[in-house]
Amino acid sequence: MRRSARDTDDSAAKITRRALFMGGSMAAVVAVLGARMRHMQVEQADEFRLLAEDNRISIRLIPPTRGLILDRNGKLIAGNEQNYRVVISRDDAGDVDDLLAKLTEIMTIPPEDMDRALKEAKKRSPLPIIVADRMSWDDVSKVGINAPALPGVSPEVGLSRIYPRDTDFAHVVGYVGPVSDADLAKLETPDPLLQTPKFQIGKIGVETWMEDALRGTAGNRRVEVNSVGRVMRELGREEGQAGSDVHLTIDADVQNYLQVRLGDDSAAAVVMDVVTGDIIGCGSAPSFDPNLFVRGISYTDYETLTGNDHRPLADKAVQGAYPPGSTFKMMTGLAALEAGVITTETPVYCPGYYDVGGRKFHCWKRGGHGRVTFDRGLEESCDVYFYDVAMKVGIDKIAEMGRRFGLGIRHDLPMSAITEGLMPDKAWKQDRYKQQWRIGDTVNAAIGQGYVLASPLQLAVMTARIASGRAVTPRLVRMIDNQPVAVTEAPALGLSPANLRAARGGMIAVVNGAHGTGRSARIEDPAMRMAGKSGTSQVRNISMAERARGVSSNDSLPWKRRDHALFVCYAPYDAPRYAAAVVVEHGGGGSTVAGPIGRDLLLRAMSTGMPPLSAYPASQRNRIETQQKGMQLRDPDGKAPGVSRA
Amino acid sequence: MSFLEYRVKTAPTGASKFLYINWALVVLLIAIASVGFLMLYSVAGGRLDVWAEPQMQRFVAGMVGMFIIAFVPIWFWRNMAGLAYIVSVLLLLATEVMGSVGMGAQRWIEIGPLRLQPSELSKVALVMLLAAYYDWLDIRRVSRPFWVLVPVLFILIPTGLVLGQPDLGTAILLMGGGAVVMFCAGVSWIYFAVVIGAGVGLVSTVLASRGTAWQLIKEYQFKRIDTFLDPGSDPLGAGYHITQAKIALGSGGWSGRGFMQGTQSRLNFLPEKHTDFIFTTLAEEFGFLGGFSLLILYALVLAFCISSAIRNKDRFASLVTLGIAATFFFYFAVNMMMVTGLAPVVGVPLPLVSYGGSSMLVLLAAFGIVQSAHVHRLR
Repeated sequence: MRRSARDTDDSAAKITRRALFMGGSMAAVVAVLGARMRHMQVEQADEFRLLAEDNRISIRLIPPTRGLILDRNGKLIAGNEQNYRVVISRDDAGDVDDLLAKLTEIMTIPPEDMDRALKEAKKRSPLPIIVADRMSWDDVSKVGINAPALPGVSPEVGLSRIYPRDTDFAHVVGYVGPVSDADLAKLETPDPLLQTPKFQIGKIGVETWMEDALRGTAGNRRVEVNSVGRVMRELGREEGQAGSDVHLTIDADVQNYLQVRLGDDSAAAVVMDVVTGDIIGCGSAPSFDPNLFVRGISYTDYETLTGNDHRPLADKAVQGAYPPGSTFKMMTGLAALEAGVITTETPVYCPGYYDVGGRKFHCWKRGGHGRVTFDRGLEESCDVYFYDVAMKVGIDKIAEMGRRFGLGIRHDLPMSAITEGLMPDKAWKQDRYKQQWRIGDTVNAAIGQGYVLASPLQLAVMTARIASGRAVTPRLVRMIDNQPVAVTEAPALGLSPANLRAARGGMIAVVNGAHGTGRSARIEDPAMRMAGKSGTSQVRNISMAERARGVSSNDSLPWKRRDHALFVCYAPYDAPRYAAAVVVEHGGGGSTVAGPIGRDLLLRAMSTGMPPLSAYPASQRNRIETQQKGMQLRDPDGKAPGVSRA
Repeated sequence: MSFLEYRVKTAPTGASKFLYINWALVVLLIAIASVGFLMLYSVAGGRLDVWAEPQMQRFVAGMVGMFIIAFVPIWFWRNMAGLAYIVSVLLLLATEVMGSVGMGAQRWIEIGPLRLQPSELSKVALVMLLAAYYDWLDIRRVSRPFWVLVPVLFILIPTGLVLGQPDLGTAILLMGGGAVVMFCAGVSWIYFAVVIGAGVGLVSTVLASRGTAWQLIKEYQFKRIDTFLDPGSDPLGAGYHITQAKIALGSGGWSGRGFMQGTQSRLNFLPEKHTDFIFTTLAEEFGFLGGFSLLILYALVLAFCISSAIRNKDRFASLVTLGIAATFFFYFAVNMMMVTGLAPVVGVPLPLVSYGGSSMLVLLAAFGIVQSAHVHRLR
């Protein structure tokens, strides 16, 4: 089209004006941008630099190696094993689903691990996805070989807890597990280590109570990370300190023997050193494999454990509280002797029952013992003798004596759920039930029934104190980090030596006397002779009607209602070295069921290997030999007949 | 004197056109693109083949295209304006129908092996059409309502299509570029005042529509606005990008952390570090000096374009040059405001620096037209 020259000039002039205006506006915006850049990069530079460093540098904790738990001879109880796992780092991986599919071609991934990995992959997190844990070396090498085809997949080595003596120490040592929210809530200032993924802490037993010593301190490394938290390089490193090794007082071989000897019964036993208080063996049966818990126990396994009426998860040795039955009679007797209300020669007539205000309390021997003194009272375990003695001395003196021997008192060991037991007296009943103490209560307590409750640990301590005459306290830890834990000589109990001798004499007679209730459990070897006391405690109240019908045979009752069998003992009786307490739940007669176990444990503690057959009464040796051959011990050397150390 | 004659007489011919090319502008474009190559090499962790090499190939192809376009007389391009516009609108429609969805928006169209972004083309086509329109229009009618409404319609058609994709960044560039051409052509101030007033009203309405049944923009766009207003509100979610970008930029300081030493980009904290956020890497590694230098290079491009337009007596040539300069301005200004936290994240690349084929080729073609206008200018 045509346009006049004037129009063209006008148009050009207008465009020039407007273009200059536009140019000016643009220059203004450019100036604003320049100013903004200057503001951020010059004035605020330090602030942003700090933020950038914050982004870039991450401080990672290096988990310390957990301390080992060893027995008194340095045998491994809890250790650490290397385990291999395969992880995927998110930023390198790309398509995780595709990677997992490729991985399944070269190794087997259990479906539940697969599901977990897929779920994990969907989360936005800097942590690598753990595909498989505790893998075999074969699978790990397959992954290593195929690494070029699997971007982002890498094998990793970690340490995990292992209990090579699995069931033997399940209750004493316990196990470790992942840190739970509940664990964190218990601590005021939790160690930041606890928040690191997959970190494990002690859940029960020594693992929990010695946690501080075992854990060690974390090291740390300053690393440069990328936006998804993957470590690019290490900037600095500070090594931590590995956890301390803990040596227990327990002899792993004795412990194994103890656990095997208890077998499938619902039972518990404690063997301890009479002089130092060292716990040599402490077991509860049936037991369980703590390794299951470390790996994450399956629902069915857990159901099996909790559903078992023998309660494998409970540590009956320290948390089980049982009526001590006749094993308590030493306390009643000693209380009366110390109070001076009787002498060892004060006679009591036993017609087979004891009459308290018209109510008859029976002696276990229906026909009665006739004239009984202190020695015979213990040897034949005459109930009426102790009923009478208890009435003379009163419950408060008995309870005081019990407490001096460690009953009703919580023994402080690094183990879980240690019971206090119960040593009742008048004040306790008033406080607990708002009721008066009755005469019948004293009669029941005299023979360790009624309210009296004690754990096998407490009974072992009681026996050790009788044997040594000193207030021996049990201990479980022998050395921490190779530094022996000091043993102080236990203070004397302050009882008259004559009275203690009388109690020991009674216990010697129980096992070795012609009429002793525990005679079948005697030791023939003169160097290892044993003293002891059996107990059979009722778990039911036998009704008058039942009594009238003469129901007393255990075998005719269902398992749950049968009597507990108890036995306490020490040896050698002339120079006491070890004490033991055995409880077999619903086992029946203390002398027949628990007594032989107590003898075997003491013999094992005093020998280098299997107790020598020569220590047993000649008539029992064939049976014992069969029994020893049938024992499935962990260490085959332990099966060889050993020799006496005594 | 015929318009045609007038030009033929003064315009250079044949190889002598080389002498009339605006060489300063060519040097500027090469300098800016080189900054891009350097940064693409850096963000790829010192690798050429990832981004820098394809970008260089495209740049060379684009430069060849630019010279070819520059040698073609400007009146040919004026005659092509209508066709270019129609083709670009058709391509936008095609994208709507058969385009593929990328990053929550439908932007690409695939023709054989080519992946085309028609919205890039439409920016230049719109500027050309408007310049041709005002060249054709009697200058006394420029401010008449009807003759104002026609170019507004030209702007709104591609803008509407682009918004539907949705691509807010391109929509802003289209409206900005179109408005500048209208403004320079001499449309009365009053219209602009009215439109700006209406725009403010519209923005308030859009913001008020959030959460209602007639919500006007997508939720992710609202999120970007929220994030812009307060990036700290969601530091690991939507605000993550802008926060990390600002940290990268600010931590560069006066002279930067050194080539390939930017921790934010090297360790992947930066989002879209090879495309929309490439400026943050530059600012981190070369600091204020580097970032400001690039800004000056861009400003010089504008200055050369505006001076060329002012010296050109041909209405189409002037207007198309100014329109292209304005589009270029909106490109880098919006991008830089976005990464410095002055504007919400709308997804505009840094011209000639960000990795991307369509935008690079179209921009160089546009500068070809600028060169053509310069070579064949009316003296």
